[in-house]
Amino acid sequence: MVENGAKGKVEIDEERCKGCQLCIQVCPSHRLKVNGNLNKKGYMAIHFDEEVKEGEKGCTGCAQCATVCPEVAIEVYRAK
Amino acid sequence: MTAETAYKKVFGRPESLKDAYTHYCPGCGHSIAHRLVAECLDELGLREKTIGVPPVGCAVLAYNYFNFDMVEAPHGRALAVATGIKRASPENFVLSYQGDGDLAAIGTAETIHAANRGEEISAVFINNAIYGMTGGQMAPTTLLGQSATTAPGGRDAKLHGRPIDISIMLSHCDGVAYIERCSLASPKHIRRAKNAIKKCFQVQIDHLGFAMVELLSPCPTNWKLSPKDAWAWVNEVMVKTYPLGVIKDTTGYDEDKK
Amino acid sequence: MPSEKMLMRGSHVVGEAAVRAGCRFYAGYPITPQNELPEYLSKRMVEVGGAFIQGESEIASINMVLGAASVGVRAMTSSSSPGIALKQEGISYMAGQELPGVIINMMRGGPGLGNISPSGADYFQATRGGGNGDYRTPVLAPAGCQELVHLTFDAFDLADKYKTPVVLLGDGLLGQVMEPVVFPDPIDVGTLPKKEWALTGCKGRDPRALFSMLLNVDDLYRHVLHLQEKYDAITAKEQRWETAMTEDADLLVVAYGTPARIAESAIEELRSEGIKAGLFRPITLWPFPSTPLRNLAAQIGKVAVFELSMGQMLEDVILAVGDRAEIYFHGVPGGVIPTPSNVAHFFRSALNGDGKLGRRIET
Repeated sequence: MVENGAKGKVEIDEERCKGCQLCIQVCPSHRLKVNGNLNKKGYMAIHFDEEVKEGEKGCTGCAQCATVCPEVAIEVYRAK
Repeated sequence: MTAETAYKKVFGRPESLKDAYTHYCPGCGHSIAHRLVAECLDELGLREKTIGVPPVGCAVLAYNYFNFDMVEAPHGRALAVATGIKRASPENFVLSYQGDGDLAAIGTAETIHAANRGEEISAVFINNAIYGMTGGQMAPTTLLGQSATTAPGGRDAKLHGRPIDISIMLSHCDGVAYIERCSLASPKHIRRAKNAIKKCFQVQIDHLGFAMVELLSPCPTNWKLSPKDAWAWVNEVMVKTYPLGVIKDTTGYDEDKK
Repeated sequence: MPSEKMLMRGSHVVGEAAVRAGCRFYAGYPITPQNELPEYLSKRMVEVGGAFIQGESEIASINMVLGAASVGVRAMTSSSSPGIALKQEGISYMAGQELPGVIINMMRGGPGLGNISPSGADYFQATRGGGNGDYRTPVLAPAGCQELVHLTFDAFDLADKYKTPVVLLGDGLLGQVMEPVVFPDPIDVGTLPKKEWALTGCKGRDPRALFSMLLNVDDLYRHVLHLQEKYDAITAKEQRWETAMTEDADLLVVAYGTPARIAESAIEELRSEGIKAGLFRPITLWPFPSTPLRNLAAQIGKVAVFELSMGQMLEDVILAVGDRAEIYFHGVPGGVIPTPSNVAHFFRSALNGDGKLGRRIET
């Protein structure tokens, strides 16, 4: 049993992220957001929003985000 | 923290890529290309016998990122250095990784002759239509009309000469078994690029000759575009001069799919 | 067992010696007067299971040597003056990356395309280095084919021992002359010391990277100082020179390479007239044997420098000798090979101080 009923989740290393936002562009579930905080290098890192609100889709573990991430900052997990 | 047993990891860092913070710009194609090369080496079990040759260019420090033996080459000479490595040590897997200046300007002779001889080397060609490391000068692959610091106002055929299509040129060489041009500017293209890189590596494993993958690569910094707009520029503008697709394939690998 | 004595051309001699010394990679481009060397190796290298490749240029060839050297193989290239000019970039990189390799230059007339006759005008190029940065390369200058054999073995040993490119400096005369030679037994390549820095694929260890770029200035500073320590060690231990008839000499002739043999003939001509000249022959041009030369020059008081250039080794002689002796110079450029009589005329002129041939150098 996994939370939110989501089939997948991602973990973003926010210190590796350079804020290019390519992942946001390709996420079909719109789970990736800029949270406004700067990381140590001064980039506005991307944040994975686990909280699936009413009408939203959960992460499917499609790994589109990780596929396009230039920094290999995203690890993707799928429910077994 | 989620119970680990509920999930399995389906995407992580390949072993052939060090866990290092790169100096590449946000949205740079190099970082993606490095990962694809690393994934292919992992999947083919090649890491421990790979010797790589980086370029002079933004990826000059590639040996800090790739997790295999590498030797620096003078600018443009990577394919000559790779030739020496492969001929002296044929049991190693030898790959070169070069940008457009390295492969198609200063290194043109070394590139053509290594390809023409059919050296069993896998070449990765990062084409971002600009000289990144040195700050945005015109590259041999800069498009007509594209702005560069040494072609202010845009590349003009009369003043600056025309862009070169080195992949088409190399396809005329008998020693070349496979060349494909891909893009790094969408998930679908990135997946296609990975297949091409893997096929390129397979050509060396099977002793079929020289193989190369050209990767149209976004350079947000020197194109002065956001990463998202840089992708659009690759997909809508760059492909008009450099169309994607298989440029030469004598491998016979995909015969059954036809 | 050493080979039997055979009559062989210089360009072939160096190829055979290289193979026996364990060289298993050659890349080169045809250029007169050393074409016989790649032609010889195109067959011989393959016979011993090595790799031969005619590169598309001298530039490609030195880079192929860089690649072969990086995997631990004894590697060599050869060319002549304008082709060696093209290799300078590669040599500088190999020096910075600390890669061993042997570069053979059969010098010809220059500058530019010049001609195909013997000359000594690449002394600066070899000893000062035409590539960028603070580096030196050992330079060995054989005067004949038999010496070429053992200096070829030395070149590979020095290159491996000190992890540096080494220049073997001959000229068109040496490349073309045929002399009797005996070769030592071939080295068993498997018995050569293992190169712990070589790229072999990272199985069972951390990956290795060979590079000369050090963006951090402190790193490059330290690296250049480290290279200098190496060059200091080579200078302390690897100088080679020869002297002849200097014990009672009134004139010390300084010459290297094949011109030294012309000088020797000239000295014999003088000796037969009762004129006592002796020869100091540097064999390593870098490191130049300054101290022994300085000592001998100071003793004898008169030095006559003869070379096939407008005065390149001359500068090393001036640096070594200073005003401890009178220095006279006669240089013959352009591929002209003077006769022993002509050179003897210069030696007599130096001894007499009459300025008839050659000139006195102000120090």
